[in-house]
Amino acid sequence: MPMASNRMRKMYKYSEFDTAFLAARNAQFRDQVERRIDGSLTEDEFKPLRLMNGLYLQLHAYMLRVAIPYGSLNGAQMRALADISERWDKGYGHFTTRQNIQYNWLALRDVPDMLDALASVGLHAIQTSGNTIRNVTSDPFAGAAADEIGDPRPVAELIRQWSTDHPEFQFLGRKFKIAVIGSKNDRAVIRAHDIGLRLVEQDGAPGFEVIIGGGLGRTPMIGKVIRDFLPRADLLPYLEAVLSVYNLLGRRDNKYKARIKITVHENGLDAIRARVEQQFALLRPGFSGVDQTLLAEIETAFAPPPLRAFSQDRFDAAYKADPVFRAWADTNLTAHKDAGHAIVTISLKAHGETPGDASAAQMRLMADLAERYGYDELRISHEQNVILPHVHRSDLPALHGALKQDGLATANIGLISDIIACPGMDYCALATARSIPIAQQIATRFDELKLEHEIGPLKIKISGCINACGHHHVGHIGILGLDRAGVENYQITLGGDGTADAAIGERAGPGFSAVEIIPAIERLVLGYLDLRDTPDETFLQAYRRLGAAPFKSALYPDLQREKAA
Amino acid sequence: MPLAYAPKVVTASDLLAGDVIYLTADDQWSRDMSAAEVITDEAHAQLRLLHAERQTSRLVGAYLADVSPGLNGPAPTHFREDFRATGPSNYAHGKQQDAQNV
Repeated sequence: MPMASNRMRKMYKYSEFDTAFLAARNAQFRDQVERRIDGSLTEDEFKPLRLMNGLYLQLHAYMLRVAIPYGSLNGAQMRALADISERWDKGYGHFTTRQNIQYNWLALRDVPDMLDALASVGLHAIQTSGNTIRNVTSDPFAGAAADEIGDPRPVAELIRQWSTDHPEFQFLGRKFKIAVIGSKNDRAVIRAHDIGLRLVEQDGAPGFEVIIGGGLGRTPMIGKVIRDFLPRADLLPYLEAVLSVYNLLGRRDNKYKARIKITVHENGLDAIRARVEQQFALLRPGFSGVDQTLLAEIETAFAPPPLRAFSQDRFDAAYKADPVFRAWADTNLTAHKDAGHAIVTISLKAHGETPGDASAAQMRLMADLAERYGYDELRISHEQNVILPHVHRSDLPALHGALKQDGLATANIGLISDIIACPGMDYCALATARSIPIAQQIATRFDELKLEHEIGPLKIKISGCINACGHHHVGHIGILGLDRAGVENYQITLGGDGTADAAIGERAGPGFSAVEIIPAIERLVLGYLDLRDTPDETFLQAYRRLGAAPFKSALYPDLQREKAA
Repeated sequence: MPLAYAPKVVTASDLLAGDVIYLTADDQWSRDMSAAEVITDEAHAQLRLLHAERQTSRLVGAYLADVSPGLNGPAPTHFREDFRATGPSNYAHGKQQDAQNV
């Protein structure tokens, strides 16, 4: 389909080339699956092929990780995700910290049919695994946020097209993650990515701040600015230069030292910058401007929706009369660039439920509501929630009423029960401990205490192993699950931050057993309530003002008593 | 004195379904750990593992897992094997749900 068909659309639609490429790729994988089943391929031969197509073999079944490009979906796509979950899985999907969706209970023979079903709505699972450039992530509020200088999604789409099946970068030393944002406020944790890009302007000219070498995992590092300002037209050759330098210089002798963060750390930012600039000078002339023509075409696909303008009386009346609606509006809405609209975050963190899971019925409801009230746009956040980026304020009472019908109206965004949790040992073959049940218990406990809103903004992030898919390093309270001599053990980190002031949390002390961890978190949070200056001082602000010591005292009262004795 | 050999079962993932399977004494594969052959001899364990590893068109990733023998058959000794045998613990929708539906 020619690019012109994208005009007046709100998201990118596949071209004829895209459609043909995906069909060929899916046919190729179908053949690979058949050859594995008939014994022509060994598992050692098949494994890298299935991983390139997002297919893992996990603890209980095959798992397919489907890319949601920069977290953007329309209603038809969300409905297709629901249909797939019912036809080939157990009727639900799990939205992840990388804006993907994972299906956990698959049979191998079904996967090629699933991929064809995904392709029919412009989705795929390519490069959601393997040592290659992964799904590009972005701000879930892109195109709607009041604080953005530009919509980062066209750039993310350009990078997606450039990186998909890029012949030079299919066998990198390790996986490579890129995130793009368009505002000063960072809602995509760009400083914890291999490359983070932020749209900026210099003397009225558009460009990017380029950050490299961030990452969590075994060796957490905050990314460093390699370029304050990169002109917009230089983006792809510069990315290609960074990737080329990493591909040659990055270590391949030790997988734990193979990410670009280690390459930057071991060689030094200045040395890496010099090499990148040298490579960039070589590559730049090869980019004749076709990429900019393509970017301009892509931008037409992201035209803002035709926002309506009329009275907010219905919102004002409901806000005044209905305390449940008011609590939800206070917590789950964010300012839109248009004062008549709001950005709605739908919580997938109902107390006691699995963070990030949505049933087929819930996915269909969200698709319907996006079409009815949200200009047919949905986003998935890295915090495992679903966003309706453009909802007129007059529609919010009706939207809230509909969400309540299916357990989607929990008023907890940014609060203690809005927990990021990786799948952990309940599903993941790499995990060393469970994370989901810990999140469930914390949410349930603080719901019982009815303290959630009094505590205020507090981000708890839980990982079930050192790979840190649950982003525990950047949680205000981070929890890392480990296997200590055959028993689950949970380490706590304090003071992490995934925003523009990114910081890696500091380990608090000895770990806790699965039985001890919930009371420990309760002591810590109640301790914070005693420590804060005013009800407006957040956990993170109090931690930064006071340092770790009083929080450790709350966590480890026995150690304090021993010291005092 | 050498340490006693911890009892083992041979376990793997089914190639087609991807779910957890266990080798039985009569060379079948069961989805129920309690039906697995409990192996108490190290040499025999290696032979049974080799036997499993040859079945590349039936399974993936065979290995030996520690168990404790009991009246109802072997039981996992490590929590990872417990979740593999039972299903996820966040809510019942794995093997534990299948067992309820029998």
